[in-house]
Amino acid sequence: MASSTNTFETLELKNVGRSFGGHNALVDLNLTVRAGEFIALLGPSGCGKSTALNCLAGLLPLTHGEILIDGKRVDILPSEKRDFGMVFQNYALFPHLSVEKNIAFGLQMRNLPKAEITRRVADGLALVKLQEQAKKLPGQLSGGQQQRVAIARAVVLEPRLVLMDEPLSNLDAKLRLEMRTEIRRLHQSLGLTTIYVTHDQEEALSLADRLVVLREGQVQQIGTPEELHNNPSNWHVADFMGYRNIVDLTVASVSGSLARVSGHGISIMATLAQTAAVGETVRVAIRPSDLVVLAPGESPQGRETIEATVNVVEYQGREFAVETTTTAGQNLFVHAYTALLPGSTVQLSVDPARALIYRSSLEKTGTRRELAGARS
Amino acid sequence: MTSATTTANRTAGSASLKHRLAERGIDTKLLLLVPAIVFALLLFVYPFAYGIGLTFQPLAATQEQWGGGFFANYVAFFRDAFIFDSVWLTLRLALPAALFNVLVSIPIAFKLRNKFRGKRMLQTLLVLPITLGTVLTAQGLLIFAGRQGWLNRFLMENGIIDQPLQLVNNYIGVMLSLIISGFPFAYLLISSYLSGIDPSLEAAAKTLGANWKQRFRRVTLPLLAPGLATTFILTFVLAFSVFPSARLVGDASGDTRVLALMAYRAFSEQLDYSMASTIAIMMGVVELIVIAFVFLGRSFLYKGSTGGKG
Repeated sequence: MASSTNTFETLELKNVGRSFGGHNALVDLNLTVRAGEFIALLGPSGCGKSTALNCLAGLLPLTHGEILIDGKRVDILPSEKRDFGMVFQNYALFPHLSVEKNIAFGLQMRNLPKAEITRRVADGLALVKLQEQAKKLPGQLSGGQQQRVAIARAVVLEPRLVLMDEPLSNLDAKLRLEMRTEIRRLHQSLGLTTIYVTHDQEEALSLADRLVVLREGQVQQIGTPEELHNNPSNWHVADFMGYRNIVDLTVASVSGSLARVSGHGISIMATLAQTAAVGETVRVAIRPSDLVVLAPGESPQGRETIEATVNVVEYQGREFAVETTTTAGQNLFVHAYTALLPGSTVQLSVDPARALIYRSSLEKTGTRRELAGARS
Repeated sequence: MTSATTTANRTAGSASLKHRLAERGIDTKLLLLVPAIVFALLLFVYPFAYGIGLTFQPLAATQEQWGGGFFANYVAFFRDAFIFDSVWLTLRLALPAALFNVLVSIPIAFKLRNKFRGKRMLQTLLVLPITLGTVLTAQGLLIFAGRQGWLNRFLMENGIIDQPLQLVNNYIGVMLSLIISGFPFAYLLISSYLSGIDPSLEAAAKTLGANWKQRFRRVTLPLLAPGLATTFILTFVLAFSVFPSARLVGDASGDTRVLALMAYRAFSEQLDYSMASTIAIMMGVVELIVIAFVFLGRSFLYKGSTGGKG
């Protein structure tokens, strides 16, 4: 399929907001999307990500802000005139139309000549490898096949923007991985600008060029997968990016970019991701894979250790996911490469660079790096 | 030898007879159906069969006048213009009334699908007539739309008309009554069918570029059509057996001489039970013919899941 003919340079969201009877579902979303980008909106349920997508699709009117394409407002256009393709969580295939006719629907609405519709439907079917199922009704297909039909139905229109609302969340784990690759492959071959909503950080990290993390309708951080993965801007983003251990500790001393934090039977050196003063209560985020279990007799290489008791051990193939409790009752999640015995005592250590210190409040403040940049 | 025995054992199974019967749905819980079966036999099957039997025992007078032996009643039904015409008179009332109720319900059910202030109030008003009996409706119509009714008095006193409008004691009166009592049924049924259609289908059609006319014609209507057919049948059957309003607000010996009235007359005025039964049976036959036509049309439609909460 030829790449989209009706592309744009930039799509701009300016202070986009939506409230439902006094409740703000989405506040001041500012985002500039370049043509061909794959953007993921990431957040827990109720964070406003689906609201944002429905506002973009025109299924919900905005209450604040505007949406511009190359400087022209599109938020005042009705949904059917925006030329965006949308893929729904529940597929939303027309149950009374065959796979073929579902895919042809949008093309027919554009009054294209019959021959072109036939050609593009065949292309669409080939794209999602469903030629065999062309004459079947959606009800006769599996969930994965239905979602492929829904994707084909949206992309055969070569829309200027593809919107996807948690398209994989109704599929089982294996199919989800397959479809993820499929979506990535489609994006690489067609280059359609895509906005993808999900609550699954792994999905977002693997698919998107840039991620937007939302919480309670507010943007928490916008950045590339690497930026978010390595430098979350606050503890909430860290929590979402797999920093499963979020521990409230007190700053004991600060030296440069490092600080000693202690409490709950823990006393370690950690990196200041946000500024903090001595005596302040902060949140320290550590990934389970960064908490190293020391073998008996192994030296901690000059690092402090944390003494903890093993509670639960889950086998996960290459490693074991272990829940431990410190002497002061704080739960810590650890990855281990040997089977630990529940009830046994272990020594844990962490690289100070991999333990990140955040303020407890999520109020907008610059990150340490940004502040440092501003000073220089 | 041993293997043969095992195979035989396997086909016979090791489960007890009771267990095997239960697997086919035969167990003591079937006893729960007994009251329903007794009820149906005593109050429907027996009287119905008795009624059919009656139709083949025509009065001597009928046999003399129309001939046909056992079938004299049926011969009379088709030959006697006074009786047979009432088939058309009934259809002339019931078909347009049912059609009107269904067609008017569609846009209203559509509008009331969305949330808005006063929706509950409006819904209550629309459904309220269901609670009124036909007699109360007829009485209301007579008072409101009769020759000396409020409507005519208002229009005359304001000089809009010189002669009172003839709105009751004729075809229009019965039609109004059928609409008042039939519309709530049609509306309730259609709005429940409509809520069974997943709203995301329309959203999908919208993002694919369909305007509201295309969305209705290509997505909603095809999914709603089987429900519309069912609703049509139910309101038609209700309207076809119209009796009290045909008498109270209609022209019982003229335009609204419906089949139910004819059966009642044969039974109570002419004391001809067998003719009354014949007319009643023929009412059922005419209804079944109309229903058969509607179902025939419905069989060409998509009837599967519509994706909604149903």
